[in-house]
Amino acid sequence: MARLHLRERFKDRDTAIFGVLFLGALVFPIVTMFATGSSALIAQAGHAGTFVLLAIGLNVVVGFAGLLDLGYAAFFAIGAYTYALFASAQLGSSPLHHSYHLPFWLMIFVGMFVAAAAGAILGFPTLRLRGDYLAIVTLGFGEIVPQLSYNLPQWTGGINAIGGIDQPSLPAWITGPWAGANSISIIQGAACRVIGSGTSFAPCFSFGFDPIAYYALVVIMIIAAVILVGNLYRSRLGRAWMAIREDEVAAAAMGINTVTTKLLAFAIGASFSGFAGAYYGASIGLVSPDDFLFIVSITVLVMVVLGGMGSITGVIVGALAIYFVLNTFLPALPPFVENLANNVGLGFLNTQNGDWPGLAQETQRINFLVYGLILVLMMLLRPQGIFPSRVREQELKHAAVNEDEAAVEQVHAS
Amino acid sequence: MSQQPTGTDNILELTNVTKRFGGLVAVDNVSLSIKRGEVFALIGPNGAGKTTLFNNVTGLFQPTSGQVVFDGRDITGSKPHEVARWGIARTFQNIRLFDYMSCLDNVRVGRHVRMKAKLWDSLFKLPRERREEERVTNEAMELLRFVGIARQANVYARNLPYGQQRRLEIARALATDPKLLLLDEPAAGFTPQEKMELMQLVKKILARGVTVFLIEHDMKVVMGISERIVVLDHGEKIAEGSPDEVRKDARVIEAYLGKSA
Repeated sequence: MARLHLRERFKDRDTAIFGVLFLGALVFPIVTMFATGSSALIAQAGHAGTFVLLAIGLNVVVGFAGLLDLGYAAFFAIGAYTYALFASAQLGSSPLHHSYHLPFWLMIFVGMFVAAAAGAILGFPTLRLRGDYLAIVTLGFGEIVPQLSYNLPQWTGGINAIGGIDQPSLPAWITGPWAGANSISIIQGAACRVIGSGTSFAPCFSFGFDPIAYYALVVIMIIAAVILVGNLYRSRLGRAWMAIREDEVAAAAMGINTVTTKLLAFAIGASFSGFAGAYYGASIGLVSPDDFLFIVSITVLVMVVLGGMGSITGVIVGALAIYFVLNTFLPALPPFVENLANNVGLGFLNTQNGDWPGLAQETQRINFLVYGLILVLMMLLRPQGIFPSRVREQELKHAAVNEDEAAVEQVHAS
Repeated sequence: MSQQPTGTDNILELTNVTKRFGGLVAVDNVSLSIKRGEVFALIGPNGAGKTTLFNNVTGLFQPTSGQVVFDGRDITGSKPHEVARWGIARTFQNIRLFDYMSCLDNVRVGRHVRMKAKLWDSLFKLPRERREEERVTNEAMELLRFVGIARQANVYARNLPYGQQRRLEIARALATDPKLLLLDEPAAGFTPQEKMELMQLVKKILARGVTVFLIEHDMKVVMGISERIVVLDHGEKIAEGSPDEVRKDARVIEAYLGKSA
């Protein structure tokens, strides 16, 4: 029974983490607005949310089904471009000569489906490959997509990116005095599209560049993703993924169609990436091939591995931690080191001297060495990830294991 | 779970099945037929091609030539998951459980092929999906009880003692609702006590209406439970018959039991 007790604690652990994350997400914008008086941090948190979504999606592929995908950013790009193309003036200058402005709320799902379809199309010929070979093919795909967008400027704007992407809008009644009036622009007429491509007569507000609106949106998207992926994990399909990860031959002998099951993992993982891509395009307002390079795929993979493959809470925390290290900790390091040297009487290190560029410059230069060291340290300390996945909680209320099982076992044994 | 005979009394018929790996003939022109509701044993020295024959039946290998007919359906060259859906389940010579899944989940994976939940059902946890999950959990627990390891439902499969792992593999195979169960050396490494228990378990499986086709080295087990035996040597069928007939067959004695036996 001690074992069962431990499992209860694991279950509580995940519930507790979700609770803390949810409360944190609610409190964060309020606290930062009061503390800093600006919404810059909230904008950054919204951006971090994109990576949380990506990590949740990649976790389905890598953590659940055990397929190594090194080109995940490609699906992110596909989602972002799907939205950018149909919600900006871009297609007007393409061979189509007609620009489209479809609403965000429709395109976010279109982006999902297009990315999922891309995942299925890539997966169909390649998922017969195993391990290393699959990794190499996905790596190649991850290179192809940004290269295509660099080299098809008439469609994607190439190196100039697609700018002026439409911002989401919602009926004005959703906003109100609680939303902070100065950041809301009430609009009417053609720019006011909520659902469908027709004009809505009710007044709308555009998200504009209001970080709080995007932050709220990404938090809702993450909650939806967590619920959906959690449901899949505890289902027939989730078990089939795990079985394939554990032993593909045995899984096939149990009647699991391994090819279609792996294809589903690929497509579902890709769909979350497409979802995140559409959000990303809308929140940044600019989609450039530079945002989808190999380093993005690797960063998301690091988030998944470091957070705890297969564990939803783990990958969320992993994504936030790595995002923090990359975007807050590392940039803050050079000035911090400089101040530190001054305060402890080593100020001479800060002056340039021959080949020595000064401490801040030097720290800047070895930034990624520090990043690497942090990763190595974290993997040494917790090789299984920050919050590793647990044995799934068992629904034993319906099939209680109690002492008379012992009697049953005795009867069978004799 | 009584069987509905469909046309023929034979649940499995192999006709001239041959499997070559390059120049090596692993299974050489083997024909045999298994009757509904019997325990049929396949024996032979190491490397005789017994497991290869199993793999040809379950779709892991495609026969080089010959025909496999299961329950009136030609399944030659079918994929493993199709074979499982049509009603053949198996265990493996080297136990192949899902190590990092609980025993309950191992058995629930076995139930996969009889479940109906589609992607949308699972994604949104629709009521019919919940009901199915509940039912499958109960069925899986019942099977764990049937093989006598219900108390270990929550334990990782890899943490089970060896004998219970073999039982779990049988439970997982039974979860697919097979008409024919293929057991690949189920008593390997067992103590005499465990062998007795296994023989009882096979009889219980038979009572569920499942035909059993097994590979076994232990002659006591084979002679004790099987009604008919086929002997393979170097991929060829050298004898077939009741335990008594096979025991007296000169070629079997020479090839399998050794001349001094």
